[in-house]
Amino acid sequence: MNTALLIIFGVIVLSGFVGIYAGRNLKMNLENWTVGGRKFGIILIWLLMAGEIYTTFTFLGASGWAYSKGAPSFYILIYGTLAYVLSFFILPKLWRIGKKHGLHTQPDYFIHRYNSRSLGILVALIGVFSIVPYLQLQLQGLGFIVKVASNGTVRSEIAILLSFVLTCVFVYTSGLRGAAWVSVIKDTLMIAAVFVVGLGVPLIYFGSYSKMFEVLIEKMPEHLIFPGAAPHMDVWWVMSTILLTSLGFYMWPHVFGSAFSAKSDKVIKRNAIIMPFYQIPILLIFMVGFTAVLVIPGLENGDLSFLSLVNKTYPSWFMGFIGAAGAVTAMVPAAILVLFASTLLSKNVYKAGFDPGADDEKVMRLSRFMVIVVMTISLVFALFMPNELVNLLILGYDGVCQFFPGVVFGLFWKKASKAGVLAGLVAGIVTAGVLILSGHDPFLGLNAGFVGLILNTVVTVSVTLVRKK
Amino acid sequence: MKKGTKYALILGAIPFITLVFALPLVNRIKPVVFGLPFILFWILTWVILTPFILFIAYTLERKLNKTEDGEED
Repeated sequence: MNTALLIIFGVIVLSGFVGIYAGRNLKMNLENWTVGGRKFGIILIWLLMAGEIYTTFTFLGASGWAYSKGAPSFYILIYGTLAYVLSFFILPKLWRIGKKHGLHTQPDYFIHRYNSRSLGILVALIGVFSIVPYLQLQLQGLGFIVKVASNGTVRSEIAILLSFVLTCVFVYTSGLRGAAWVSVIKDTLMIAAVFVVGLGVPLIYFGSYSKMFEVLIEKMPEHLIFPGAAPHMDVWWVMSTILLTSLGFYMWPHVFGSAFSAKSDKVIKRNAIIMPFYQIPILLIFMVGFTAVLVIPGLENGDLSFLSLVNKTYPSWFMGFIGAAGAVTAMVPAAILVLFASTLLSKNVYKAGFDPGADDEKVMRLSRFMVIVVMTISLVFALFMPNELVNLLILGYDGVCQFFPGVVFGLFWKKASKAGVLAGLVAGIVTAGVLILSGHDPFLGLNAGFVGLILNTVVTVSVTLVRKK
Repeated sequence: MKKGTKYALILGAIPFITLVFALPLVNRIKPVVFGLPFILFWILTWVILTPFILFIAYTLERKLNKTEDGEED
């Protein structure tokens, strides 16, 4: 077990140092800190985007869904792919506008396009409220993985605290570049873990992949087609959820903002072409979940299926390796999330709302301070109220999706107006929020956020057209 | 709309048609292809084909949309 612990903590500390080292020769100003000086080539952009997309959810959630829900998990394989297709059409144009007008964040774009500081502040606040539960989930996932991987010898609080401090420090010193560099460690470990386990376990227990599916088809055929083992997730739910999540994907403030860090619009476009290949490891994660459902059925918590199966199959030092991979897989998205939440608060809420005269240096100092504040808030939630924010996270995804009409109409429809976007945004958020909180998700078989998004689009278009006359 | 953009958009619609709107039609296990249930085989095929579709879109855009500054919109 000591080897496992050594690997876990060794990797966490190494990641922290790589993150700090990444910023060593960089003169830190707001441009360098938030968007890496807009100098990232295709490799750094790929690492960065992959870094934010593959979170702890990939490890635990995707295998957990395949295990406990079956076919509805396939949506995870699809929505990312479609999001990259959308990004091919949207991001290059957005990048050019960002470059031309020196934009750093998503609210910057709203302020610039609709000439409205209050719309920008609203977008920033919705963004921060959506990010905090996401960040908390990363910290909790990290604690959970390390605890299970160390067989309970490390309390999750200790792992959370250590990674919390290191992540704070490297975000503070190196900004976005730090996160991109740590992504190298993260991607290497994670891909290795997924390939070893995903290719390994079906072979170990069944001798071949087709044999595994053969047994699964024979024993539980309904598990492999919609709605699988989750009756309310029928094919219409899956379709509306795929649409919603693929439209919302690049609307997360941190994913949106990362697009500005590219060196050119061509880098963004080429990145969109190769990104779908990155979805393939998810298939391997499904294999783990499917193998687990046959080999260790009846787990109460499906999210444990990946770790339990590894524990049953591999030597204990390998669990250390998985624990380490899981820990960095939480640290990188956490770093990017906190970086953008802090910039939104300092630049788009404080500066735009209270101190329009603040110069970049002041905003930058405040952003760095906010890193510590936002991380601490998420830490408190993760340690003391682990279950309170789960609902907020669902609400968060449905919330950021509502930015889609504002962004896309903003880029491609000259007439789209501030009043329209503002009314649509409020209509979408309120609809999704009311449906979810009153327990009406799914609504008529459709994802509640999707219902909100349709209403949002209709309101944005009609208010824009009516006010025009 | 420029010709290249039009073709790119048509190509970009393919993954949405196959991976969203076609799902009710392919929601079945048989025939099993390469050991995979049909639905999973279908999804995987189109996920793997998407980068190639986007690459064709990219090439067409560059060929057909030539603006003064070399940017494609």
